[in-house]
Amino acid sequence: MALKNTYKATVGVIGTGNFGTALANLLADKCKRVLLYARNEQKATQLIKTRKNGYHQIADNVEIITDISFLAEKCNVIFPIVPSINFREMMKNLSPYLKPYHVLIHGTKGFDFNNKNNALKGSESQIFTMSEVIRQESSVVRIGCIAGPNLSKEIALKMPAASVIASDFDEVIHLGQKYLKSDRFLVFGSNDLMSTELCGILKNIIAVGAGTIDGMKLGENAKSLFITRGMVEMVEIGKAMGGQVEPFLGLAGIGDLIATCSSNLSRNYSVGLRLANGEKLNEITHSMREVAEGIKTIDIIHKWSKNNPMRIPITETLYKIIHEEITVEEAHAYMMKFPFTTEIEFLK
Amino acid sequence: MSQSRPRYKDILKRKKDWPIVNLSQNKKTFLDEVSQNVFTNLIQGDGRKTLHEELEMTIYREKQRVINNPWRVDPKDDLTFWKRIQKKQLSIKESKDKVTVEKEILKEIIDRYCKEIVGSFNKSSYRFAKRITTFGFARLLNAARVKGFKSIFSRQLDLQDQIHVVGEPEQLRKLAKIGTIVLVPTHFSNLDSVLIGWVIQFLGLPPFIYGAGLNLFNIKILAYFMNSLGAYKLDRRKKNPIYLETLKEYSKRALEWGCHSLFFPGGTRSRSGQIENSLKLGLLGTAIEAQRSLISDHGKQAKPIFIVPVVINYQFTLEAPSLINEHLKRTGRERYYRESDAFSNSKKMATFLMKFFTKKSDISVSIGRGLDVLGNYVNDQGQSLDQHGKVIDIKDYFLSNGKVNVDKQRENTYVQILSKKIVEEYYKNNRVYSSHLVAYTAFKMLERKNSKLDLYSILRLSEDDLTLDYEAFKKSFKKLRKVILELNEQDKVDVNDKFKNKVDESIIYGLNNVGMYHAKRPLIKVKNQILILNASTLYYYHNRLEGYGLEKHI
Repeated sequence: MALKNTYKATVGVIGTGNFGTALANLLADKCKRVLLYARNEQKATQLIKTRKNGYHQIADNVEIITDISFLAEKCNVIFPIVPSINFREMMKNLSPYLKPYHVLIHGTKGFDFNNKNNALKGSESQIFTMSEVIRQESSVVRIGCIAGPNLSKEIALKMPAASVIASDFDEVIHLGQKYLKSDRFLVFGSNDLMSTELCGILKNIIAVGAGTIDGMKLGENAKSLFITRGMVEMVEIGKAMGGQVEPFLGLAGIGDLIATCSSNLSRNYSVGLRLANGEKLNEITHSMREVAEGIKTIDIIHKWSKNNPMRIPITETLYKIIHEEITVEEAHAYMMKFPFTTEIEFLK
Repeated sequence: MSQSRPRYKDILKRKKDWPIVNLSQNKKTFLDEVSQNVFTNLIQGDGRKTLHEELEMTIYREKQRVINNPWRVDPKDDLTFWKRIQKKQLSIKESKDKVTVEKEILKEIIDRYCKEIVGSFNKSSYRFAKRITTFGFARLLNAARVKGFKSIFSRQLDLQDQIHVVGEPEQLRKLAKIGTIVLVPTHFSNLDSVLIGWVIQFLGLPPFIYGAGLNLFNIKILAYFMNSLGAYKLDRRKKNPIYLETLKEYSKRALEWGCHSLFFPGGTRSRSGQIENSLKLGLLGTAIEAQRSLISDHGKQAKPIFIVPVVINYQFTLEAPSLINEHLKRTGRERYYRESDAFSNSKKMATFLMKFFTKKSDISVSIGRGLDVLGNYVNDQGQSLDQHGKVIDIKDYFLSNGKVNVDKQRENTYVQILSKKIVEEYYKNNRVYSSHLVAYTAFKMLERKNSKLDLYSILRLSEDDLTLDYEAFKKSFKKLRKVILELNEQDKVDVNDKFKNKVDESIIYGLNNVGMYHAKRPLIKVKNQILILNASTLYYYHNRLEGYGLEKHI
């Protein structure tokens, strides 16, 4: 392993959620100085005071800041890790300070969805991945994403994990690897940014569903069945949105899917679990500290499919569950009767 | 009459200030630089092949080419040269200093390629060629259109009446004074280079250099014109890395020397009639490399390079039937009869020119807004703007840790960004004429009527199946026109003024213009029916409006 603080660089992280904090700590292992930006002054003061964020002990060389221009000025490499719903706004605030030499590697697993689109009917252009939002809102082109099975709590406990950094630019991948790779964190590279983003986003749908299976205590066979069918649906949607199959078969796809579909540590999974236990969606979301991206993604894919007709029984069923059109039990009965034909078609 | 229209003055009055003149006067220095750079790049290699392998392959292929596919324009000593080089290479094994000899061979090949590629611009023949294109065309136009042959010296009409330059010509002129221009036009017809040549001089810009296929130099008269207009030679038979590297370096270096350049980034003419959507990245890449290299050498004083997309809007492409047949032959399973190229002989060319000038068919050339090498718009001062209109420094794209560095992979990705932007601009600046829309509507209706059939079966339908009811046609036309006008409002496509006429008028204008000079008109109206007389030509003209998502609205 490289020694602590190997690199003199100052790198930035935006967002003090669980994953943002975990990532700041990982970066702190390798870089001299990490700037962690908090939007909320109060939260920043509290973090500075306690040096703790939930179960994370914040590393000494992580500096909590609230001035986003300072972050852009000091860091060439920035990791924005904020919920998709706030991402565009965050970019609007950051954009005036960004230059084309900046490198942005985001870790947000959700879509940006523009309701007030003025695009023509049938256009897909109202749904964007975060890399597209970065391109639209700033002059930055060297963009990447980080995706993989990265349950924050396990990273906080210094358990081993791995991730994929995807970018059109090799230099972005190399920088990500340089600043993150350690003996407890492996970093793979991929040149397929969009597909990798889609993996991370779409797997959240399946995680919600897997939670309901466990909530109903349907057993491991049923869950394997569900995850496998879920994987197929993810790939089909991903392909229809212009993605490639390969990343779905890697860490960002299957890897992340396995982790999130079997762990209480996953927010999306917990939502499903609690839905199956009879709680209402708004009760669940109100009680959660952080956003479960899967819920929003289900809505977005449901809307998207109106213009892109395809068979997506899992997403459609989950949509009906969260909008209380059917119960979890009814959904289960429906899925068991669904006329699936060929098992895998996407490799043809 | 003609006096009231804008007359553009030359932006550089003295010919000796033209970058192209500078380049041709210092040809030797220029070629030495190119050759030396290619040599250095190739010696460093990309690790995939050794120099030995590269040379072996190149020499083998070149010998094959000379024997199997010789052209009139090839140098006389082609075979002897390659034989000698091969002999030299074979003798390496016995030589003690293998590497030195290999390097010598490489340098010799590069030097030879440099000499083959180089253009020979000549001021006086440029003047002559320029007069032929403007004066000659104008005379012809007057003779044909005004009062018969006697009016050949009339000044009443000139090329401007036939060719409308629209878009941002003023900005182009401004940018040409600040930096180096790379014009990137769409490519539909062989007429394009002549047309662009005319536009360049009409706008008062100094001559541009451009790569022209070596095959065109086989024709003596063309060779004369192209040489004098600043063309350099591209030999598409040679696909070896040494040649390609030399070609790219030539283009890159010329840009660094400030020579305005013309690339047809689609490569060859669009076979399908659709606007280019995948561009050749090689030459575009040289603009990015040249810009980085200028910044690295001159810092803040570096001359900017501007990319200016140009859309040439024809209502009619002379070569349409042969182009579309070639396209169908390539994509389809059926054998298609291939007509000979429409410009294959001078008689055909003359007939076309006569037709072109006697009938009224407008051509418009849309000059797009200037872009930097990353595809950002630039303002009139040549500064790059981000999407919010904020000025950004182009240098920042090439920085890593505060220093300009060479990163081939990064620049390859930049080329893709640039190319995507150029395509977007093409679609935006594409000017829709009623003739395009009548073709589109008719063909799409035909497809709908025969939704079970594939394209090739549709093209083979019998005469009886090739009729459409006029009222239904008019309804669809109207609907699509509305969508196009909406797109136009959103700045996603341009439209011709006549496009907004009353529907019936617009349709008649369209029908009168679609494929008007072809032996067989693709589309006519007979009583209350629309008859499709040539489905594949119709398909060609219909393709011009593909890519806008119009099919959802019919």
